[in-house]
Amino acid sequence: MINLLAQPWFIPLVTGVVIIALAPLAVAFTVLLERKVLADMQARLGPMRVGPQGVLQTIADAVKLLTKEDVVPSDSDKWLFRFAPVVSFFTAATCLTVVPFSEAIKVTDVNVGLLIISAMSAVGILGIILGGWSSNSHYSLLGGLRSAAQLVSYEVALGLALMCGVMSAGTLSMTGIVKAQLQRGIWFAFDNYGLMLVPMMIYLISSVAETNRAPFDLPEAESELVAGFHTEYSGFRWGIYMLSEYINMFAVGSVLITLFWGGWLRPFPNVAALAIPLNYGVPLVVFGGTGLGCLYLSRRQPIQGYAIGIAGLGVVFLLVAAIFMIPAVNGPSIPVFWWALKLFTVLYIFIWLRGTFPRYRYDQLMNIGWKVMIPTALAAIFINAIVGMARS
Amino acid sequence: MPVNFMPTPQELFRFAPEMLLTLVATIIMVLEPLSGADGKRKFAVISFLSLAAAIALSVAAAGDPGAAFSSMIVVDGFSTFFRILVMVAGVLTILISTNYLRMEEHESGEYYALVLFSIVGQCIMVSANELIMLFIGLECSSIASYVLAGFLRDDKRNNESALKYFLLGSFATAFLLYGVAWIYGTTGYTNLSEIRRVLLDPNSNQNMVVISAATALMFVGFAFKVSAAPFQMWAPDVYQGAPAPVTAFMSVGPKAAAFAMFLRVLMTAFEPVKDRWEPLLWTSALATMVIGNFAALRQTNIKRLLAYSSIAHAGYIMVALTAHSDIGTAAAMFYLASYTFMNIGAFAVVTYIARKGERHVEIQDLAGLSQRRPVVAAMLTIFLLSLTGIPLTAGFFGKFYIFKAALDANMVWLAVLGMLNSAVAAYYYLRLIVVMYMQAPSDEMEELPAPSVGIQAAMFAAAAATVFLGVFPSVVLDYAGKSASFIR
Amino acid sequence: MLETVFFYAFAALTLAGAILTVTMRSAVHCAIALISSLAGVAGLYLLQHAEFLFAVQIVLYIGGVMVLFLFVIMLVNLDAAARERQFHRHWLAALACLAGTGALVALFLTRGAESFKLGAPAAEAAPGAGNIETLSMLLFREYLVPFELASLLLLVAIVGGVMMAKKRI
Repeated sequence: MINLLAQPWFIPLVTGVVIIALAPLAVAFTVLLERKVLADMQARLGPMRVGPQGVLQTIADAVKLLTKEDVVPSDSDKWLFRFAPVVSFFTAATCLTVVPFSEAIKVTDVNVGLLIISAMSAVGILGIILGGWSSNSHYSLLGGLRSAAQLVSYEVALGLALMCGVMSAGTLSMTGIVKAQLQRGIWFAFDNYGLMLVPMMIYLISSVAETNRAPFDLPEAESELVAGFHTEYSGFRWGIYMLSEYINMFAVGSVLITLFWGGWLRPFPNVAALAIPLNYGVPLVVFGGTGLGCLYLSRRQPIQGYAIGIAGLGVVFLLVAAIFMIPAVNGPSIPVFWWALKLFTVLYIFIWLRGTFPRYRYDQLMNIGWKVMIPTALAAIFINAIVGMARS
Repeated sequence: MPVNFMPTPQELFRFAPEMLLTLVATIIMVLEPLSGADGKRKFAVISFLSLAAAIALSVAAAGDPGAAFSSMIVVDGFSTFFRILVMVAGVLTILISTNYLRMEEHESGEYYALVLFSIVGQCIMVSANELIMLFIGLECSSIASYVLAGFLRDDKRNNESALKYFLLGSFATAFLLYGVAWIYGTTGYTNLSEIRRVLLDPNSNQNMVVISAATALMFVGFAFKVSAAPFQMWAPDVYQGAPAPVTAFMSVGPKAAAFAMFLRVLMTAFEPVKDRWEPLLWTSALATMVIGNFAALRQTNIKRLLAYSSIAHAGYIMVALTAHSDIGTAAAMFYLASYTFMNIGAFAVVTYIARKGERHVEIQDLAGLSQRRPVVAAMLTIFLLSLTGIPLTAGFFGKFYIFKAALDANMVWLAVLGMLNSAVAAYYYLRLIVVMYMQAPSDEMEELPAPSVGIQAAMFAAAAATVFLGVFPSVVLDYAGKSASFIR
Repeated sequence: MLETVFFYAFAALTLAGAILTVTMRSAVHCAIALISSLAGVAGLYLLQHAEFLFAVQIVLYIGGVMVLFLFVIMLVNLDAAARERQFHRHWLAALACLAGTGALVALFLTRGAESFKLGAPAAEAAPGAGNIETLSMLLFREYLVPFELASLLLLVAIVGGVMMAKKRI
């Protein structure tokens, strides 16, 4: 047993399996989160029927998708039609393999990790445009073309913004980037006297465009293109597209937090005095608060079964909070906690943007991409390079 | 790895002409949108002055020869000679372009910027001591030429010319690059001197099959750029379709630079394997001369005729290359210099005769030129005589030294066949002179307006240079002879 | 051993992709075949431990160039081109070329058989060669001038592209 644990391939293998197993589940609950948050912003309840407070809604949706008829249009390019979602999912999942969840928990650490994520998100475009083309439908084709143009345009700004972070870190390895932030004792978002906030914002905006989300969701603009590139997809193939879209969100979010928000590090990673309050206090507040909230909600459930269910959920959360108070558990798991907390903050921002902004027009999108983002990113590289050199 | 990698002022100075031209070309691009429709003339003046300054800088840099930037480029007599040559070709091109562009209502800064960029590329080609630099210079020069060939976008012939040039040119460059990759793969170097060292090293145990294949691949690229057979097919179509001043430029600047790079690669890097490429060059030189001269016999379009003639001249220069000796190199250098002047001069006249839309480019359009514009006719006669190789013109000594080099290298047959070829060439050059002087102008011919100042200046300068080189060849030839030894 | 297997797999992918690129009928299928060929090359880079080149190959060629290829192919109507006869009927000329090339290759192989052992690698690869640090040291020191001139080359190409494509400047 000990031998097994000590094998160099053990943690990567386990992490890989856990990623593949957990990613669809995480996606399911992100979708639920999105629907609930949007509903809250629009002053409605959102899904309430399946499970207490609708928590099982997306599980039911997934079951429905799996059992739906899989329609392949008769005039489509059959092989490409089947192949395109695979490309999307494969590239999205590959991105996650180089993301470090903590110093020890990761699949692999390659010295060009960041580039591999760029490469994979670049290849991911193919899945979209091939899917759009092979459907042999005008809506799909237009959606695919739009997304290709959009992704290519915003990838430039994205890459330039990444370059600023790489200049600060001096490495392309994802683990190395976090370690550099630990060593410098600062999240790179606040490096160079706060100048790095500019590339951080550029990255954030471009990554919204990269993931085809509102307000840059022109490839799937419902009012014009039905559903864009995946109009003709149904059943589980459509599900794979949606899955990879959300996994892509995880991937770009992970890059954002790794590069600019300190990855698995807690806030103020170098201030030892804050270690106890932050590492123990924040999980307590987060999990304990959630648990208490669930218990409170359980008294307002219409059905007794739901009340028991949600009360049980509350107890589980309280238990997790309690487990986090054990130093032996807290030590190895707190980096993952910080990582997940940051990731969900990013996801929340994405959802918030979707609930707030109307969709851009196509020319506005291109103007923002080429005339605002890229020049700003170039200027940011230039200034950060000078400031960074002057400081060191 | 050098500890101090900052370039020294010396190195920067050796690279100054290229930097100046790049800077000026970029400034022109910036100024272009800021200037009104009638303010474009200043770009010609700017480019002219910058080329003059760059020539001065090249001369100054020649006073302190040596390598620069980790031996990426090398400034020696050879590169200085060709640098100045391509810049002079650029100056003459700009002189004949201004009026043409105004006439075609396409005067814009981009034209001059592209000419300057092309010249920068050629300067890099001639001074590169490294296959990668050579490739970048070649691409810079070629891409600018592709665009220049299609500069009048609304003109069908321009479009055809640009597209043909681009497609075939990129294909040929790919061969060159493939050859470079093979060379790097087998010798481990891209630096020409290092390749020579490796090839000469008896212990290196080089794979001759791979080296020969790589040389052959590179030969394809070079042969295309100098329009040598069997890769000459593009030249007539491209030269005919492109705007006349651009054709003038393409037929001298890039060609001279390509020959310079060809010479340097063959003489510096591949000199040790000369017995492998000599038969190849021998065949190619002969085929180029024969194809160029015999195809030119049947042409009725002056531009196409000059295109075939330029193929033929490439063949003569290939003879000098085949000789692979210092005297052969010097002969090629001298020939390229004289060819530059006589060909640009001839094209200046063609530009003038062609007028708007290039409607008058048939040989018959020259009829009676001696009565209508005697001075122009006299100039064209000088250029054509020089192209033929009549004594007292530059072309005579050019051919003389080339065949002398061939004889010295024991290539008697090639020399004899070359001389027979130039006899054939006399026929079509003299035919033009006959049409100019012996035929009366037909009645329906429009009035020929007086040539513009730019064309006049270019014509007189080119004619003066042609005659000067024909009377005092030793001035240039001595310099060429001295600098020829630098590249081995 | 495993590396050899991977090498042949990637080489086969590269070659098969290249062959399909020129033989497929639909332009989109050609582009996809080209993508797989480029991916095979990227895999070969990875086998050489040139991770940077691997990633750059994917980002630039598959993610950049090929996406734009597909973009243009989808915008342009190529149906007419797809119906055209794909191969010319110059069978005799093709056979002659093939025979000539084959004879040359055979001559190479027989005459040069003893010299066909590839010599020892000329420059022993530095430890970690292909990694970004080594690459950048070379690129920004020894090869700085070609690197900068490449940007000039791109500028010329951009100017040219705009010149050729735009109706009115």
